[in-house]
Amino acid sequence: MSEALIFELSSPGRRAAAQAPVEAAAPTAIPAEFLRQDIPGLPEVSEMQVVRHYTRLSQKNFSIDTHFYPLGSCTMKYNPRACNTLAMLPEFLARHPLATQDHSQGYLACMYDLQEILKSVTGMKGVSLTPMAGAQGEFAGVAMIRAYHLSRGDTERTEILVPDAAHGTNPATAIQCGCTVREIPTDKNGDVDLEALEAALGPKTAGIMLTNPSTLGVFERKIEIIAKKVHEAGGLLYYDGANLNAILGKVRPGDMGFDVIHMNLHKTFSTPHGGGGPGSGAVGVSERLRPFMPIPVVGKDGDQYRWLDENDLPQSIGRLSAFMGNAGVLLRAYVYALMLGPDGMTRVAEFATLNANYLMARLKDKGFDLAFDGRRATHEFIVTLKKQKQELEFTATDMAKRLLDYGYHAPTIYFPLLVPECLLIEPTESEDQATLDAFVEAMVAIWDEAKADIDKVKGAPYTQPVRRLDDVRAARQLDLRWTG
Amino acid sequence: MSQIPAELKYTKSHEWIRLEADGSLTIGITDHAQEALGDLVFVETPEAGQSFGSGDAAAVVESVKAASDVYAPVAGDVIGGNEVLADAPETLNDDPYGEGWIFKLKPADAGELDGLMGADGYADFLKSEQ
Repeated sequence: MSEALIFELSSPGRRAAAQAPVEAAAPTAIPAEFLRQDIPGLPEVSEMQVVRHYTRLSQKNFSIDTHFYPLGSCTMKYNPRACNTLAMLPEFLARHPLATQDHSQGYLACMYDLQEILKSVTGMKGVSLTPMAGAQGEFAGVAMIRAYHLSRGDTERTEILVPDAAHGTNPATAIQCGCTVREIPTDKNGDVDLEALEAALGPKTAGIMLTNPSTLGVFERKIEIIAKKVHEAGGLLYYDGANLNAILGKVRPGDMGFDVIHMNLHKTFSTPHGGGGPGSGAVGVSERLRPFMPIPVVGKDGDQYRWLDENDLPQSIGRLSAFMGNAGVLLRAYVYALMLGPDGMTRVAEFATLNANYLMARLKDKGFDLAFDGRRATHEFIVTLKKQKQELEFTATDMAKRLLDYGYHAPTIYFPLLVPECLLIEPTESEDQATLDAFVEAMVAIWDEAKADIDKVKGAPYTQPVRRLDDVRAARQLDLRWTG
Repeated sequence: MSQIPAELKYTKSHEWIRLEADGSLTIGITDHAQEALGDLVFVETPEAGQSFGSGDAAAVVESVKAASDVYAPVAGDVIGGNEVLADAPETLNDDPYGEGWIFKLKPADAGELDGLMGADGYADFLKSEQ
């Protein structure tokens, strides 16, 4: 059943007394020309209507709290309740962001410790927690690379190399920072094509943006050679932390030779994500990029913690937000890191990798084709339905839609773009063997359904609030606003 | 099997090129390319007067699955883009070699065309990609 919009429930004059203001707000200093003359078009509904409406909506939520969510490249893992509970201690919630430093020592101490923990687990020499999300972390990273070259009078280095398997945000970030993008192909085993890389390196190279493990779900095995070649050519290496979960505590980007890294603390360190909620794209840097870190950073003088600002880091790329990142996300990350400890972080990577490889082996055993057969998966892997499409017209979309009826969130489909009819599957470390086995059985059952009656699969989903949507028409005729 | 008209030239990035009587080039993407992309929802065409080098990204095609650049097969100046595609991107799916053309180019050096594939060459290339 689809749920009506709350605006459609509205009837003139109805109100929820409990939510109504006690009295009209006093006149303000806002000039008359800016004051609204008409009544805002808010829904007029009773308290019970509001309660029922939002409760019903919440019951339609598909979440990791209710179901398996193998969304590749997104790390939809379980976020321990303790992280949330402790981040919401009243002492944290009630702290004003402009509170003086001597009234903020507890919070600053947590943030200082978090910086140190992240330095230790990534092998970087400095960490700034201030970027508000992954995209801003990327922006900070490339802005630092630009600032580094410019500080040396190296003004010609404006080209950023990006492998064709990269996240789409990488080239977008490079352009946003005033650079040009040069694409580097991937070889048939999923590694960066070294010959093409060498041909692209030169006096214009500002740096390379790499995700390792890559979006193809494999570890870039030649990373040390790549780092050496890029550094010899005068460029720097940027690490996209999208897939950090796979190597947490096992391999450190700093040891691989990366100069700057962003971490999605909202997905790797225990804040639910997806849907545009608050994020954190903390950045880690090598020694030579330390002077350029975005401010503020938390420093420590003796036993006192304090904000480091323009005076401490005069070459900083500057501020990215009004204060310092999303405090709640950073606190959850801190609690999560403390709960895991160094050994726990290693187990995250081990179980994420074990689960992905187990699931991959079971699906292969059932006849599904892997995009990179013979390569060990990292935390995610790619199944291609190219064969099924040719034989049965059974596509990745069909599989994704039918999985919903079986109670699973669909994996990522049609990404990466290099692989036809692909499903990018990431089980994460949270799931047990029984869940993974049940998922395999569902994939097999759906394939059998496609063999017996393709129309049945093409008609899916059947059990959701809406049936299969016409995504082509939705994109061609955008309709984003309720107009009554 | 996708259509590959014999009279056109082709690139490895799946553009087709038609040499017109006046020496200009009409450029689009192949039947194979439109099928691989699926239903298009947006096409961005270049504007008259823009100059491109060979291999420069000149247009963008976007489907519900993917967005992809369309490259200038040879260097030249843009004569115009296909305005029909702005409101009806499905034209490209329906008629990739006809009404669904993307842009017209005045080549800087007509000799550059010799480096492109013919229909047989493109058919072989598609087979090797399978």
